[in-house]
Amino acid sequence: MAGKVEAICDSHGNDHGELINILHEAQHLMGYLPEEVQRMIARKLNIPVSKVYGVVTFYAFFTMTAKGKYPISVCMGTACYVRGGEKLLDEFKRVLGIDVGETTPDGRFSLDCLRCVGACGLAPVVMIGDKVYGRLQPVDVRRILDELDA
Amino acid sequence: MKILTIGDLHAVRSEAVKRLMLREQSDSTVSEASSGLDTGTERMQVLICGGTGCKASSSALICERIKEKLGDRGIDDRVDVITTGCFGFCEKGPVVKIIPDNTFYTQVTPDDADDIVDNHIICGRRVERLLYVDPKTGRSVSDSKHIDFYRKQMRIALRNCGFIDPENIEEYIARDGYFALADSLLNRTPEEVIDEVKRSGLRGRGGGGFPTGVKWGFARKSVSDVKYVVCNADEGDPGAFMDRSIMEGDPHSIVEAMALCGYSIGSSNGLVYIRAEYPLAIHRLKTAIGQAREYGLLGENILGTGFSFDIEIRYGAGAFVCGEETALIHSMEGKRGEPTMKPPFPAESGYLGRPTNVNNVETFANIPVILTKGAEWFSSIGTEKSKGTKVFALAGKINNVGLIEVPMGTTLREVIYDIGGGIKGGRKFKAVQTGGPSGGCLTEKHLDIPIDFDNLVAEGSMMGSGGMIVMDEDDCMVSVARFYLDFTVEESCGKCTPCRIGNKRLLEVLNRITAGKGTEEDLKTLSTLGKVIKDTALCGLGQTSPNPVLSTLNHFYDEYLEHVRDHKCRARQCKALLTYLINPALCIGCHLCAKNCPADAIIGDVRKPHVINPDKCIKCGMCMARCRFKAISVS
Repeated sequence: MAGKVEAICDSHGNDHGELINILHEAQHLMGYLPEEVQRMIARKLNIPVSKVYGVVTFYAFFTMTAKGKYPISVCMGTACYVRGGEKLLDEFKRVLGIDVGETTPDGRFSLDCLRCVGACGLAPVVMIGDKVYGRLQPVDVRRILDELDA
Repeated sequence: MKILTIGDLHAVRSEAVKRLMLREQSDSTVSEASSGLDTGTERMQVLICGGTGCKASSSALICERIKEKLGDRGIDDRVDVITTGCFGFCEKGPVVKIIPDNTFYTQVTPDDADDIVDNHIICGRRVERLLYVDPKTGRSVSDSKHIDFYRKQMRIALRNCGFIDPENIEEYIARDGYFALADSLLNRTPEEVIDEVKRSGLRGRGGGGFPTGVKWGFARKSVSDVKYVVCNADEGDPGAFMDRSIMEGDPHSIVEAMALCGYSIGSSNGLVYIRAEYPLAIHRLKTAIGQAREYGLLGENILGTGFSFDIEIRYGAGAFVCGEETALIHSMEGKRGEPTMKPPFPAESGYLGRPTNVNNVETFANIPVILTKGAEWFSSIGTEKSKGTKVFALAGKINNVGLIEVPMGTTLREVIYDIGGGIKGGRKFKAVQTGGPSGGCLTEKHLDIPIDFDNLVAEGSMMGSGGMIVMDEDDCMVSVARFYLDFTVEESCGKCTPCRIGNKRLLEVLNRITAGKGTEEDLKTLSTLGKVIKDTALCGLGQTSPNPVLSTLNHFYDEYLEHVRDHKCRARQCKALLTYLINPALCIGCHLCAKNCPADAIIGDVRKPHVINPDKCIKCGMCMARCRFKAISVS
């Protein structure tokens, strides 16, 4: 893994101006950006690790926790909010027993919020992996989780 | 094929026009008859919406099934299947359009492919059950031009969305694409181009509304060997998706406009800063850039004029503040996206310290048409100080959720009732939020105000990027203000104190109020603190962040007062202020509610009325959703 991350840095000429692109690729490779990876990138680009950490934590897209097998993202865009997105999120939290940004101990599900996938006609919307589930109500949550788990 | 001269471009166009002829003709005529291959029609086309909304409802599979079916029937050589950009009518997606009779099918599923091919395409019989039904008359409408949703629209920025194949440069050229660029490079000086844009009166569509031509003029004046043209495609406003739809539906218009901007300000480097969350838009834009290079419309020595221009893509990583141009520039440099004081303006010192011109996607999408049709044409549309049209993402409690484009000066009433089809479920209109987290809420009394940049600001809201969220009587305005503040607090970059700490305090007060613990004193705090933040924050995000609070406080003061004085939420949204009750007269004791209660808060014997224990109730509303006898109410 270390070799691959270093190769990503090399492919961007170890240029610190390319940090965000490098982090995108590293996260695509690993699924998340753990501390070791950030240290490695900092060393390669010859910048303080605090700088890398500062960028990772600044942007919502970057994460330092591993996602579940089924990453669940509940849309918290305004259109979904007024059509009941928050109630949907509460139900996911309750059923899974985890908070936003966390992963279930068995590694199956992780829960996140996202801002607008642009499918506002289907609000409220939940994305699980690449699939968009639209027009959901809290009563549908358990059924969907059961279907995924089956 | 490389386009080396204007003659080459004309040649490509005259060839490509044939492909579009069928669509152009059916767009300009209204025909109630439907056509089929067996009833004398020679060629037909099927347009399928490939926007994100429709793709989420399997439009790709519909496309596949239709192609398969056409192959089975041996008619795939006479029928073209084209995936287009967004049609805008997302509420009724996925949308499929049949050309030449312009039949507009809504909410199509992959299983409908057989019917569409066998009945319509072959036999010329419309599939009635897939037609749009006008809710006012109850009659089905086949031609989209007769649908109210489209009737009042005027599509300039969205001119090609839902009409051409966005992954085919020749279809764009057939619609006069790249002619504005060619004409400017060959026949106009950069100053003349800037002057045309200035005279058109085009103002930045990203939020600020700054005159685009003036901005270009500043960048032109800055002296430097390297300058940058940046397209801001970091659409972070939750509930707004116009820029994404333009990039998905008409990416070449952005490529052409950026090259035009480059020629005007004297730059050969273009950068698109786009959200990583928009995979489809990224793909379409990359395809467009690749094709433009292949055709010689990007790269070295374009059309032999000596002008060179190319475009690179930079990814955003989810930070709302990066919509602010100085923050965006820092983010492109690989840093935290924190804004800096202006001046210096990006036009003097921007990306890597060089003069940089930043425009938003929708602004760019207007440029090629302005140059083709002229500044006079463009400035004849709209209001005195806001020219042209504006794209809005209409969402929330409205019948026709979707993407619309109307001339500036159209009233909110026309947008919400005529185009949007009114409020969902026949509920009562309460407010419309414009401008996203930086905007405000407008009410019933504002419905007849002509929408333009200045009118919205005068009423305490703003145009913003064009998100328009409609709310009904079931929405609590205090909760809505809290929702936006929650967003701002999360998205504040933390650089300046008013935004970082001030908004946090505002949010705490709002949390207190929605939890039933607020006081009347709190309402004064909201108002004073909000005004202080507006006056003292560093960037546009901070300066506008209290708008949702201040505007709701202004227009819905009695609702705030109810929360703090009577501990009541009339919209029944604030959980802490609610009580769920079972009406013993209606409860038959089926036990369904108790079985579904996640908190075990409902007790009662079978066939006897149940009761809810208020100490245990978590107010999730699950019991009410499950009860088949309407025995549970909330107050």
